[in-house]
Amino acid sequence: MKNLKTPDDLHKYKKSLEAKRRTDTTRIFICATGCKALGAEEVCRAFKDEIAKQSLADKIEIIETGCQGLCTRAPVLTIEPLGIFYGRVTETDVPEIISRTIQKGEIIDRLCYSEAGKRIPYVRDIPFYSKQKKIVLKNCGSINPRNIDEYILRDGYAAFTKVLTDMTPDKVVNEIKNSGLRGRGGAGYPTGLKWESVRKAHGDTKYVVCNGDEGDPGAFMDRAVLEGDPHAVIEGMLIGAYAIGAKKGFIYVRAEYPIAVEHLKIAIEQARNLGLLGENILGTSFSFDLEIKMGAGAFVCGEETALIASIEGKRGMPRPRPPYPATSGIWGKPTNINNVETFANVPVIFLNGSGWYKTIGTESSKGTKIFALAGNVKNTGLVEVPMGTTLREIVYDIGGGIPGRKKFKAAQMGGPSGGCVPAQHLDLPIDYETVKAVGAIMGSGGLIVMDDSTSMVEIARYFMEFCQDESCGKCVPCRIGTKRMLDILTRITQGQGKQEDIKLLKELAEVTKTASLCGLGQTAANPVLSTIHYFSDEYEEAIHKKETQTSQHNPPKPE
Amino acid sequence: MMHKPVTASEKSKPLADLTKCRDILAKYTSATSADLIPILQQIQDAYGYLPQNVLEEITARVRIPLSKIYGVITFYSQFSLEPRGKHTIKVCVGTACHIKGAPDIKKKITEVLHIQEGETTKDYKFTYEPVACLGTCFLAPVMMVNERYYGKLTTEKTEQILKSY
Repeated sequence: MKNLKTPDDLHKYKKSLEAKRRTDTTRIFICATGCKALGAEEVCRAFKDEIAKQSLADKIEIIETGCQGLCTRAPVLTIEPLGIFYGRVTETDVPEIISRTIQKGEIIDRLCYSEAGKRIPYVRDIPFYSKQKKIVLKNCGSINPRNIDEYILRDGYAAFTKVLTDMTPDKVVNEIKNSGLRGRGGAGYPTGLKWESVRKAHGDTKYVVCNGDEGDPGAFMDRAVLEGDPHAVIEGMLIGAYAIGAKKGFIYVRAEYPIAVEHLKIAIEQARNLGLLGENILGTSFSFDLEIKMGAGAFVCGEETALIASIEGKRGMPRPRPPYPATSGIWGKPTNINNVETFANVPVIFLNGSGWYKTIGTESSKGTKIFALAGNVKNTGLVEVPMGTTLREIVYDIGGGIPGRKKFKAAQMGGPSGGCVPAQHLDLPIDYETVKAVGAIMGSGGLIVMDDSTSMVEIARYFMEFCQDESCGKCVPCRIGTKRMLDILTRITQGQGKQEDIKLLKELAEVTKTASLCGLGQTAANPVLSTIHYFSDEYEEAIHKKETQTSQHNPPKPE
Repeated sequence: MMHKPVTASEKSKPLADLTKCRDILAKYTSATSADLIPILQQIQDAYGYLPQNVLEEITARVRIPLSKIYGVITFYSQFSLEPRGKHTIKVCVGTACHIKGAPDIKKKITEVLHIQEGETTKDYKFTYEPVACLGTCFLAPVMMVNERYYGKLTTEKTEQILKSY
């Protein structure tokens, strides 16, 4: 690999890669990240062995990719240029795939995706794929994330080069402002405004941080992006650093994501070797380098001030804002913190222009959103749709509906800070505002479908247990409020509920929400409030059941 | 998970060999507090836990009082002041796993290994801990043994997996 000395060198380098690219081969894309858990490595090995055995190396290429989305069919693979998708592939299927599908063009029925008894062999016909709009995930699942050349061949680092040569930092900030991009980590703060305040903040030293501490149970979008297309995040950070004037950046990743960490390390190393990170990038005066910080298992570190404390080597506890990290972040220096998905949106905005980007989405929320679809839904996996897509489209058209003979009851959105959206809101177009209006939050994008066998009181208890456990204990409302709410919810689920419990829960929820120091406490009551709002009959029933039981069998003991 | 503070009796535990610790610290010639967590992570990887005498070695190097180091250690669930088992079982208790049967998997592990969450078996073979979400919800219910994922668990499958180690 050579060191690129000028922006034009990158262009030439891409041309040389294009010239070398083979066009006469069959390419098999195998998910080698999420699908690993169900035997993807064995499948890859079997393909390589078979290719060697039959001397087919000049005809078949194996590309180990990131997540292809349809995780429920793991291990999955796509065969190009045939456009065939196979799932639940085992190593014993490999010789047949080569002899029948690749050499004769035949379809192997048992490996195809099927819906309503119909086999759908081609990717373009599978509703799960055809109804999505992949902008951020465009490379995820179709390139080898461990090879920077594949990213460059997909116009990788072209947006950054354009920014570096044609745009002033102010212009970059304006372009992001104009695009309408909002933070994908949950709160939806306009990214352009954040960049502008860090750019304007006083100080020579500034930092860029990528928040990859994806801790919401049920969310795995950031894991997929970091594993499947790490260079998109790095390129987004480079553009951000250029805009705000930072020389150093950190990527904070959960320690529970070993593959993401490994792929990031490789990506950073390769970008450095090419001269895309480090001193005087592409021969310009712009210098920037990255360091990976691994989390150590604390959910609250996803909160930006706690994350800063953790990077500084302290207990990851939040502090009151203001001052915001934009003016006083790491070591008191202006710091710009964006989520993984936010950064991954940046390159594509500069490649296609903010005007193009703005055409996607709704009035208030532009672009797409990635959802991690899980729970009681047929097609669990990773889904990217334009903002404004309805819940029904996601759950039924893309997700394939509810398995078994069960019915949709609610979708839990936004994790422990979010709420449960019931069936009456299935046709709601999802964006930051609409989701909030129905008592949930967009959050990072975890979307867990629950069928009619799920107890909503138990779900509320589950989330409260999570928040109570993860509360850092610094402020009283969160520390005690979550504990008291958990006690009450536990009592109700154990058949010890009292009539006044609902009122008490609402009261505690209000105080915890208003008085807590950080987002964790301020939103911890959301799952309780939303389930009481939509499913109060279940609370009543749980409490009433006990009252009938106790009045029949044993009189309540005085407390 | 909260750790107990180190008591006088625990201080009399056999001292850990400092060679590995010194090798790690050698990479940090001008260590600052920002290096503390990465150092602790490497120490834990090397020793399986954070031995008392090793921490004393670190405090001298990074110039952070031992009390502060303990503060950091006890805050993050990744760190352990107690020796850990050869294999770490991380059971996902995320939302998707929860509604797909994680509570039954947890019960099964306790039944087979006779330990509760956060504990280590007497023979130091397994340490068992719940984890908020492994980010592999499509495999729910799921657990990890060391770096390996096991998905779509049933209680029978869980028992087989544990017995294979």
